[in-house]
Amino acid sequence: MEHYSMNLTLKVWKQKNTKTKGHFETFQVKNISSEMSFLEMFDVLNEQLIAEGKEPIAFDHDCREGICGMCSMYINGRAHGPWHHTTTCQLHMREYKDGDTIVVEPWRANAFPVIKDLVVDRQAFDRIIQAGGYISANTGNAVDANSIPIEKHKADEAFAAAACIGCGACVAACPNASAMLFLSAKASHLALLPQGDPERKIRAVNMVEQMDKEGFGSCSNIGLCEASCPKGISLENIARLNREYLGAVFGEGGDNA
Amino acid sequence: MNWKHYFTTSVGRKLVMGFTGLFLVLFLLVHCYVNSMIFISRNAFNAAADFMGTTVAIRIMEIGLFAGIILHIIQGLMLARMNKAKRSIGYATNTTNTKQVPWYSRSMTLLGTLVMLFLIMHISHFWVPSRITHDLNATKLPNGVETHDLFQKMLDVFQSPIVVVLYLIGVASLAFHLFHGFFSACQTMGLTSHKYKNFLKGFGIVFSVIVCLLFAAMPISMYMGWVA
Repeated sequence: MEHYSMNLTLKVWKQKNTKTKGHFETFQVKNISSEMSFLEMFDVLNEQLIAEGKEPIAFDHDCREGICGMCSMYINGRAHGPWHHTTTCQLHMREYKDGDTIVVEPWRANAFPVIKDLVVDRQAFDRIIQAGGYISANTGNAVDANSIPIEKHKADEAFAAAACIGCGACVAACPNASAMLFLSAKASHLALLPQGDPERKIRAVNMVEQMDKEGFGSCSNIGLCEASCPKGISLENIARLNREYLGAVFGEGGDNA
Repeated sequence: MNWKHYFTTSVGRKLVMGFTGLFLVLFLLVHCYVNSMIFISRNAFNAAADFMGTTVAIRIMEIGLFAGIILHIIQGLMLARMNKAKRSIGYATNTTNTKQVPWYSRSMTLLGTLVMLFLIMHISHFWVPSRITHDLNATKLPNGVETHDLFQKMLDVFQSPIVVVLYLIGVASLAFHLFHGFFSACQTMGLTSHKYKNFLKGFGIVFSVIVCLLFAAMPISMYMGWVA
């Protein structure tokens, strides 16, 4: 594709801290290359703001290669922008034309309070993992591959679920601000493997309880989470989590939870 | 952890929605089957209606049905309210993604409310005069049993074009509610594994189309005089 430069108008959410009210501020950026990533465009804008003696826009970022899950930006009504299966850092400016206006907001969910500007606090996810997203047996050193035989399709599904990077796009996109896609991915990658089997019922119930405590909504099976997930986590994981939960309610051992 | 607690978590509440929803779908099947007797004859329908109204087991199940509807409505409205409260500050931009997610999946509360309003009208049209006030004409079935002439009541009610249109709106709302609802209930109950996902999605849509077309055909044929 031909390389080109563009001037853009950005409407970005500015908020001093969790306690204050935020508002949109409009910025102009010039000479943005179509080869830049969306975050590099923000770097240019921030350098411009610093040069003008203004405060730069706070935004989360780390790996800039689509695996850390930090770059939480809601761009023109889509989590991580319009591209499928990408994070914000993988979104490139060739998506936009000269003169475009782009609206950038933080993840909106009461469970993800805004810390500053576009940075939200996602510790609620950590606490959901702490409630059961692990196995409690000490496993020692990594064992040789294939010492525990696991069916190919189960290994594949567990791997696909484990691809979740905990970015929170599912919560941001969900009309109910539900964390079910995240939770179900974290429960699934353990429930599918023999190592996670003994604690599966306690895990399902405890993680759901923690999700409710954190103030996430319930799942309406709408599917905007799956559509927004940069890692393509499937809704089938939510069905699996529901099965695990039902197993805990009606099956033996549910009372341990 | 007790039973009550299991069903009041977010997943538990959805399980209640799924269980009651699928139970109501089963009722729709019976209701549609019984009412389709109008296409056979006046006596066939009145006999079927008499069976539904006089069999003790069915009258007991009727109580369960009302309980199911009320539970489904209250739980649904509660969930909608709770879920709305989880995002105090909304997005400034339009987040509707109709390409990937159909509009009816996001409009379950609206569609459900329309169905509820329709049900109030529907119950006052037929169930109340038949079971409570008993102000229906009597008729004799071929086997000599005396019963209410519900068929005549249907003919009378569906003489009004406004009522027919309101019924069609109600049935259309039900169809779209079920497009999402059937699959969603299966998903909540964990039935939608990779193997069955597409089948259940297709089955739900085919089921709602067939049942709702049959329901829609009833007021239309009564109004047009196709059945007598």
